[in-house]
Amino acid sequence: MIEIKNLHKSYKMGSNSLHVLKGIDFSVEEGELVAIMGSSGSGKSTLLNILGMLDAADSGEYVLDGVPIKDLNETKAAQYRNKFLGFVFQSFNLINYKSAMENVALPLYYQRVGRKERQDKALKYLDQVGLKEWATHLPSELSGGQKQRVAIARAMAAEPKVLLADEPTGALDSKTSYEVMDLIQKINDDGNTILVVTHEEDIAHMCKRIVHLKDGVIVEDKKVKQVRAQQYV
Amino acid sequence: MFNRDRWSEIIQVLTTNWFRTLLTAFGVFWGILILIILLAAGKGLENGIRADFGDIATNTMFMWTQGVTKAYKGLPKERNFNFKVEDVDAIWQNVDGLRFVSPRNQSGGFRGASNVVRGLKTGTFSIYGDYPEIIKQQPMDITSGRFINHSDIQEKRKVAVIGTDVRKSLYEKEEEVLGSFIKISGVNFMIIGTYNKSNTDGDSDAQKDIYTPFTTFSQVFNRANNVGWMAITAVDGTPITNIKEQIFTLLKERHTIHPEDLRAIGHFDLFEEFSRVVRLFGALEFIAYFVGVLVLLSGIIGVSNIMLIVVKERTKEIGIRRALGEGPWSIKKQILMESIFLTIISGMAGIVFGAFLIYGVNYVLEMNGPVDMFVNPNVNLGVVVIALIILIVSGLLAGFIPANSAIRVRPIEALRAE
Repeated sequence: MIEIKNLHKSYKMGSNSLHVLKGIDFSVEEGELVAIMGSSGSGKSTLLNILGMLDAADSGEYVLDGVPIKDLNETKAAQYRNKFLGFVFQSFNLINYKSAMENVALPLYYQRVGRKERQDKALKYLDQVGLKEWATHLPSELSGGQKQRVAIARAMAAEPKVLLADEPTGALDSKTSYEVMDLIQKINDDGNTILVVTHEEDIAHMCKRIVHLKDGVIVEDKKVKQVRAQQYV
Repeated sequence: MFNRDRWSEIIQVLTTNWFRTLLTAFGVFWGILILIILLAAGKGLENGIRADFGDIATNTMFMWTQGVTKAYKGLPKERNFNFKVEDVDAIWQNVDGLRFVSPRNQSGGFRGASNVVRGLKTGTFSIYGDYPEIIKQQPMDITSGRFINHSDIQEKRKVAVIGTDVRKSLYEKEEEVLGSFIKISGVNFMIIGTYNKSNTDGDSDAQKDIYTPFTTFSQVFNRANNVGWMAITAVDGTPITNIKEQIFTLLKERHTIHPEDLRAIGHFDLFEEFSRVVRLFGALEFIAYFVGVLVLLSGIIGVSNIMLIVVKERTKEIGIRRALGEGPWSIKKQILMESIFLTIISGMAGIVFGAFLIYGVNYVLEMNGPVDMFVNPNVNLGVVVIALIILIVSGLLAGFIPANSAIRVRPIEALRAE
């Protein structure tokens, strides 16, 4: 599903250049649930941004579902993001003047799905995350856990190849975190490929594979026995 | 473009901060209002002046003889000469593009002694000898009877058409005028009609004229074949200004006057005066557009400014949308449409308010009777269409910079913005 070879990325900071990713080789099969761990500054967010086509690598190969991701202009990148990827952010990033349902329907709108079908689908995914009766509420009327579940529904609505979650539990208390992880595990059980960036050990162990990043290189890549979040809920 | 979601979003964005939207809209509203008012005021002034010209054939010049100022072919200077009846035919034959050539004679008038008598009543009036065509060059309403016709000219009938003021001073109120006789300088004329000039241009003597057939006048008042002056109208599309020199040259030749004697023939070119007025209104309209558009411009800058702030405020949202797969063009279109929508709505409000204002002014003008030189200020549909085009273009301009700044920020930076 994801194929990365010798990926490099550096940022210009004034006269200094900061080498963030120093040759990453990494691949993900379909249906995997991968945790990317590392301390801050290890390059894990940068890696996720490149995977999410929000940022471009300086050199190296990136193939997503057989499509080489290279030299994209903004229009093309937007199309690929919409088609291939679903994003879940630490700060939820819901659009605050749109209702939960409108937020979920947004990626479908960019796919030019008809209005009625869009609403039906949005409701279906809201139902999956257990928030159907909150469909008409604005994000400001939802709790943090609910917001993140709406964000997950939104990310899933476009039926992406890969779900990218950047610290999805970072702004949540542990109980809500487990609820969200439970949801993510269930989505993964349905066969979806998911990447989770986190720095919390317990969250990482709820995935099936952990990739450790340190100073821009992968120092450890191991399969783990998945801890089900269900039992903590 | 006609997409329900896009429109509901535009409404959502613009109504989030009502007061700010309203203030911004006011700038455009004010600009277009000023533009409309200026144009309407210019039009009112133009209508007023045009009403002063009335339905007079404006492609007309009046021509008379003055003293000769250059000796020529053995003839001395400072002699006097007269146009002759034969000159009229000569003009017709030698100059193309003419509509009317009316020779005229006049006697009496403001300085004369009493010259018209009816029974015990007397009065002082201007007496004209005219051809029937003069009524088309200087229109008047025939209130009873008829005007002079060609049979009158051919048979040299002693008939006259009198103005309403003449009737007032010579007749009792209920008296029958048509068919009665008045004595002009001792000669009896039968009244065949009365007239009233609606367009007096402030001339209090306008209703005090008496018109008689040209031929009758010449014979009765011993003018032989002399012509006092001429009123010449050219056909529409051929300005009299362009052909008057031909006429002068012809007449100078016929009367043995030096071709370069500029003072021998005096004239008043109504068309030139009229064109000057028309040009003045062209300039006035230009100034109205100039000032109006400049005022509008400051409104537009206000819109642009607010759109920049809106884009800044929504940086994060734009980042989210781009992460979800919205293309840059779609975002650009959204910002542009918001700007155009805001501009057009406030502009339309300005146009509508301006229309009501003009309606009100017209109403007041009608209630209080005519004001000199200001009639029926209005803007026509063409102006409204032009204003709308200006609005759309300016909405585009106002949104252009903000829209570009919206897509210039890379999605990853936009997402990080707080």
